[in-house]
Amino acid sequence: MKLTQAIAPTMLLTALLAAVAARPAHAQLTIEVTSGVTHPVPIAIATFSEPPSAATDVAGIIQHDLSGSGRFSVLPGGQMPAKPTHAAQVKFPAWKATGSDYLVIGRVKRIANGRLAVDFNLLNILTGQSIVRKRFTGPPSALRNAAHRVSDAIYQAITGIRGAFDTRIAYVAEAGTGAAQRYQLVVADADGYNQRLILESRFPIMSPDWSRNGKWLTYVSFEDHLSAIYVQRVRTGQRWRVSARAGENGAPAYSPGGRHLALTLSGDSGYPQIYLLNLHTQHLTRITHAPAINTSPAWAPDGKSVYFTSDRDGSPQIYRIGIRPGSLPQRITFTDGYNADPQVSPNGRRLAMVTAVDGRFCIAVQNLKTGSFRVLTHGPLDSTPSFAPNGATIIYTKQLEGERGGSVLATISTDGQTGMTLKPTQGEVQDPAWGPFSRR
Amino acid sequence: MRRILAVLLVSGTLGLAACASKPPVKPVSSQTATGAGAGASSQGAGSGANASEGALGSQQSVAGPEQGLLADRVVHFAFNSSVIRGHGIRVVAAHAKYLADHPGARVRLEGYTDDRGSPEYNIGLGMRRAESVRQAMLLQGVSPNQITVVSYGEADPINPANNHAAWAQNRRVHIVYLTPMQPPK
Repeated sequence: MKLTQAIAPTMLLTALLAAVAARPAHAQLTIEVTSGVTHPVPIAIATFSEPPSAATDVAGIIQHDLSGSGRFSVLPGGQMPAKPTHAAQVKFPAWKATGSDYLVIGRVKRIANGRLAVDFNLLNILTGQSIVRKRFTGPPSALRNAAHRVSDAIYQAITGIRGAFDTRIAYVAEAGTGAAQRYQLVVADADGYNQRLILESRFPIMSPDWSRNGKWLTYVSFEDHLSAIYVQRVRTGQRWRVSARAGENGAPAYSPGGRHLALTLSGDSGYPQIYLLNLHTQHLTRITHAPAINTSPAWAPDGKSVYFTSDRDGSPQIYRIGIRPGSLPQRITFTDGYNADPQVSPNGRRLAMVTAVDGRFCIAVQNLKTGSFRVLTHGPLDSTPSFAPNGATIIYTKQLEGERGGSVLATISTDGQTGMTLKPTQGEVQDPAWGPFSRR
Repeated sequence: MRRILAVLLVSGTLGLAACASKPPVKPVSSQTATGAGAGASSQGAGSGANASEGALGSQQSVAGPEQGLLADRVVHFAFNSSVIRGHGIRVVAAHAKYLADHPGARVRLEGYTDDRGSPEYNIGLGMRRAESVRQAMLLQGVSPNQITVVSYGEADPINPANNHAAWAQNRRVHIVYLTPMQPPK
């Protein structure tokens, strides 16, 4: 690949960046469930037997995942009648008396080469039958991820939706004021743990987006006062500046195949336009032409068209245009006032966006086939929606009203029923991008 | 290979310790798609040189003329508007006259918005505001090469609160005079 060869002489700087990337980010995220379904599924997660050195509470992580989803009510540890780790030890009448429908039991064991195996069994308390049992293996450092994979399997078995607990998010953290102000691009597990600092800067960082294989991030950074677009390998920290033209360089979005970025450039005209940048050849193709703001390109899953925001008809609205030169744009949103920040669901059927309702900026979804439009959040200052890879949840920026301002991350399920916030212990967080399913 | 990597990591760490007050992250490689100015180190040196300043223009618009209206470096705008109004017209005219009279002077016009709605749309809106000031200056005889425009959108608000008074303060263009140490790009 051309890019890799091009940077070989700059390996020293690469090492410097990797040393920075290994540092933890400083503000932790704490989760608070804000809404859940009316009738959550009652479930008990018994403590897993673990080798003394494991030091990770696997059952606790699973409990946290499932209760955080808003679709489960998890039996408190104190109400458990026993601590079984094998199905043969389970006395079902005692568990039935707790009111739980399901019981999860499991074990963490040391296997060859210093690796760990996590065995779990999801039992239907009413029938006494096993619904799903699996083993996940990995190094001790990946035990949290193995626990999330157990959560994914349970969630899928009971709700029919593939779980997205074993995924990552990228977001921008901001702390300090004046000369001490810092912006950080951070990658963390979807529950806010395992934070890794990807970039730290005195200047704003914006619009992170993942490549579909989860190996790359692209983002806007204003180093040296001017905007530029970068692509960066998540694992090594190596990065390339791929656009630093006059005017705006903004809103990069990886194509489904990973070969192109859709991005926004204003040049000298003052009118931001959508372009495609071929990352292999650096060839640039202009997609939009209207003398207006055109920005926030979001790819359709087939890679043949992009959705974008434009105020060509007066107020910001969402349009779709084919990426072939000469394609004509088609208006997608028609509600009054303000629709922006389009994001397409992984199956291509729904469009998430920020919409203004009576002056409140809320997250909404539109069914692209039927046109039905649904406002999911109450605002008043919500923005930057990003779909989980299972399409069931949207993460977004929630700004806080009042004198202090600030922002947190929040999620809402696409049926509008369940939500939570991820609050930093200090500073503010914004601009989340949900990564793809991990490939293990 | 492993030893080489270890040496690189150590030198990288030393480099960090030696410039702790600077931004710790520098570009690995700056490969622009046009191929122009693709030098690997030019941008890193630039950001290191500015390390003692505030983050963005609002903390550092100290260079440049100070007489009368020229001391005023901020132009305010209405919601979702890039029309220069009232006092802003006089401020822009004063700076345009100064720049036309001093062809060696350089400014960066920084567009900002309030933080409602889409951050990316707001970058476009801030750009439109900066461009509106640029066009007004060009009409008054300023040379295009004296002006750089950038939009920070809703970043770096004057007032971080989320209420109508703060939003009005934050919808603005900053006129930032660049010192000879900071040539525009």
